[in-house]
Amino acid sequence: MQDSHTIVVPDVTPELRQQLFEYVLQLADTSLILAHRLSEWCGHGPILEQDLAMANISLDLLGEARSYYQYAAELEGRGRTEDDLAYLRNAVEYRNVLLAEQPNGDFAHTIVRQFIYDAFHYHLLLHLQTGPDKQLAAIAEKSVKEAAYHVKWSAEWIIRLGDGTEESRHRVEAAINALWRYSGELTTPSATEQVLQAAGFLPDYAAIQQQIDQHVERVFVEATLPVPQGVFMQKGGKIGRHSEHLGYLLAELQYLQRTYPGLQW
Amino acid sequence: MVEHATAPTEERIWQLLEEVSDPEVPVLSILDLGIVRGVELRGDEVHVTITPTYSGCPAMNTIATDIRLRLLAEGITKLHIHNQLSPAWTTAWMSEAGKQKLEAYGIAPPQDATGHVFNLFGQEPVLRCPHCKSTNTRLVSQFGSTACKAHYQCNDCLEPFDYFKCH
Repeated sequence: MQDSHTIVVPDVTPELRQQLFEYVLQLADTSLILAHRLSEWCGHGPILEQDLAMANISLDLLGEARSYYQYAAELEGRGRTEDDLAYLRNAVEYRNVLLAEQPNGDFAHTIVRQFIYDAFHYHLLLHLQTGPDKQLAAIAEKSVKEAAYHVKWSAEWIIRLGDGTEESRHRVEAAINALWRYSGELTTPSATEQVLQAAGFLPDYAAIQQQIDQHVERVFVEATLPVPQGVFMQKGGKIGRHSEHLGYLLAELQYLQRTYPGLQW
Repeated sequence: MVEHATAPTEERIWQLLEEVSDPEVPVLSILDLGIVRGVELRGDEVHVTITPTYSGCPAMNTIATDIRLRLLAEGITKLHIHNQLSPAWTTAWMSEAGKQKLEAYGIAPPQDATGHVFNLFGQEPVLRCPHCKSTNTRLVSQFGSTACKAHYQCNDCLEPFDYFKCH
């Protein structure tokens, strides 16, 4: 007899269920891709404790991704499993935001990418845990506790680097200049998200944006860093238009299943 | 000579679960940890509901297997294990006995206070070193050897130690 995950699927029209599937996949892909990027640091961190921190955060995100993939598979209802969704889709089918797939760069790049994501992630989960979709609420209720530790960690590093040495400040500013353009996509609703917002399944992102802005402002002030203004925002990940980086990442992530289909531990 | 003449009782299942330990902190039973959320008998089927400590906790599969093996040893084959996310596990569900066992094992048990997201740079609860019992300790990293632990050091005896962090 198999172990089972208690998954509650809402009673909605097939069309709305399809949109929900697409959205849950977007959450799953973003968590998985960012988890993979962080895992690339394993064994290469600047010091042991921070190497461990990135591996820990990666593991939390991977666990969250699995919960979303399991739910997505249930929503789709066509027999695909969490593993099929993660290992057997191509880059154009991936729905992760562009931010998640950006290369690690130096430690400052990784920290800036992480803080932009953590601030969004934490405030999104706070909303989702009281939302009408019981399964998303359950996953969010679980993950928000982990996300709170993540955003504290990345905020502390933004402050250390920004208000640190000339070199650390130079590096964190370069990272902000390179990565801020990917922050807008997080709270710019795709067509799928607009449908779900209209149906009451997702909150208005303007409210989340305000909370994120306040969070970022507070941390940046302490880091003596200016919050970038008027940056042109890139988007496309949510509809499968990715940077060239994702293909290379997936080649490594999916190598084993592509080379030995159906392989199990 | 009658084998398995009596059906298992809920009480007996709970006793058996007490014998299943956390694979990463073997001094704790899964009941000490508070991850077993329910035991139910439906006819001759046993249903056990568990909840993960952390989303990515790699011990969950091992724990499910260990539950299965322990119950199988008692002749219980019709077992369903359900994974449930909500309500989310919290360190408040850890038993007092569990907390004492943790400290004796060298891991500082979770404190009541939960840090706010703006409590940065070690504005954390005062912890007692599980080795020399000094409270002159410092946070090294919020992320330790497993997902559920932070890494501390004692300023007096200088020993590093794990803290089972609040969740």
